[in-house]
Amino acid sequence: MIRFSHVHKSFARTGAALQDVSFQLNKGEFVFITGPSGAGKSTILKLCFFEEMPSKGEVKVYGTSSATYRPGDVPKLRRRLGVVFQDFRLLEDRNVESNIAFALEVTGTPPAQIGPRVARLLAQVGLAAKATSLPRELSGGEQQRVAIARALANDPVALIADEPTGNLDERATRGIYQLFRDINASGTAVLMATHDLDLVRRSGCRTIEVNRGQVVFDSAADGGFRASGASAAVEDDA
Amino acid sequence: MRLAVREALLAFRRAPMLSALSITTIAFSLFAFGLFGLVALNIRNALRTVEDRVEIRAFIADGTGSEATAAALGDIGAFPEAASVRLVSQAQALDRARLELGEFSDVFEEGILPASIELRLKPGFRDPATVRAVAKRIEVYDFVDDIRFGEEWVEKLHRLRNIATLAGVALGLTFATVAIIIIGSTIRMAVMARSREISIMRLVGATNGFIRAPFLIEGFLKGTLGGVLALVLAWVALGIINRFVVQAAFFDPWMGAVGVLAGACIGLAGSALSVGRHLQKV
Ligand SMILES: Nc1ncnc2c1ncn2[C@@H]1O[C@H](COP(=O)(O)OP(=O)(O)OP(=O)(O)O)[C@@H](O)[C@H]1O
Ligand SMILES: [Mg+2]
Repeated sequence: MIRFSHVHKSFARTGAALQDVSFQLNKGEFVFITGPSGAGKSTILKLCFFEEMPSKGEVKVYGTSSATYRPGDVPKLRRRLGVVFQDFRLLEDRNVESNIAFALEVTGTPPAQIGPRVARLLAQVGLAAKATSLPRELSGGEQQRVAIARALANDPVALIADEPTGNLDERATRGIYQLFRDINASGTAVLMATHDLDLVRRSGCRTIEVNRGQVVFDSAADGGFRASGASAAVEDDA
Repeated sequence: MRLAVREALLAFRRAPMLSALSITTIAFSLFAFGLFGLVALNIRNALRTVEDRVEIRAFIADGTGSEATAAALGDIGAFPEAASVRLVSQAQALDRARLELGEFSDVFEEGILPASIELRLKPGFRDPATVRAVAKRIEVYDFVDDIRFGEEWVEKLHRLRNIATLAGVALGLTFATVAIIIIGSTIRMAVMARSREISIMRLVGATNGFIRAPFLIEGFLKGTLGGVLALVLAWVALGIINRFVVQAAFFDPWMGAVGVLAGACIGLAGSALSVGRHLQKV
């Protein structure tokens, strides 16, 4: 569903951020991306929703290839993905309901369908009672739930989450994580970057570890492999 | 489209201060331009009334037959440069002189002033070279004694007109550029204030056209409102000038509409440019 083939990414000012990254996210899968700060996790996720384009290699998302896409394909692709960030990215001047409805409106959902859909999404993330609250009146965990509901609004096939629990305390983290598990259980794939190694270990989910722009470990690859050269560096950073 | 209009109107409601500020900024920069426009308009009007008086006068020799003058009158009237031509008889010349000189009117005796043909020129043919050329063509009639057109005065007027036009164009361009820059940056500020909204729209898969629409409408509305406000300000300013300084003319409705439309277009273009900048990224 999402496939990276020998992806390189370099930025004009900071040089190489990713080198020869290849992996595949399958339908309905739950995959963690871990690695030290600056390893390239966020860059990988940005490549998934075409916020960044590879310098070399190919990113293919649900039939759209970075090598052959047309600008008009990008909005379509983003409707198939839901994206969640550490900092929630809600519109501060709109209430919870409107924040979610916004995602439906700007993608051209018929107005009559928006109300019921928003109500269903709010129920799904457990915020039915907060529909008319403003983001600043919510806890961090609740705000992240709104962001998740918004990401789910257009029925995505995959959720892309960049450290979604990075700003949350232990309890809220568990709640949000459970929400992702529930979403995944209903068939939506999840690709989540995180620093929370405890969470990763306990989950038993597939884990891709990146370091210095390279995939150094992918638990899906034949019982898990660790590139010998890079492993020392990983241990150092950990 | 309905949604785009709604979003545009919501933007006014959500940020009333910023919207009011940008409309006022637009209004005042257009107002400055409008005031300049009023000055230019009135100078042009004044010059035109003076120019209307550019006139060639051919004095007719005593004893010329009336058929000859009538024929010449027809010929001259058919010149492409001619706006109007008329014959001033000796009696009329005397009447006019008496009227103009008032108490000294009795110094004139019948027959002392010659009859003349007076030719007024159409706008566009009032520059010294043309006036001179036309005068030459009239001079060839052998009953024409003398010909006058205030050569020096025509030349001065022409120079004045050139200077006024040049200064008008230069100042007008400057004012217009300043207005465009100010309006452009005001609109850009308004768009930047909503860059978060734009980035979220992009994230959830809104098409560029969809993202652009409310901003274009907002820019257009701001430009229009600013333009109308500028027009009102100019009108009030003119009222004050009329009352305390000089009688001056205002824009005709057509010019006013063009001014407002210009505001709307600048608002629209400014929005399109600044949103475009946001959308350029992948
Ligand atoms: N827009 C950008 N312009 C230039 N360099 C960038 C840009 N984005 C990322 N980088 C560089 O790419 C490298 C990887 O960054 P990235 O954000 O992917 O790391 P990360 O693994 O997400 O780190 P963290 O865990 O701290 O979020 C870094 O060295 C960073 O400096
Ligand atoms: Mg990151």
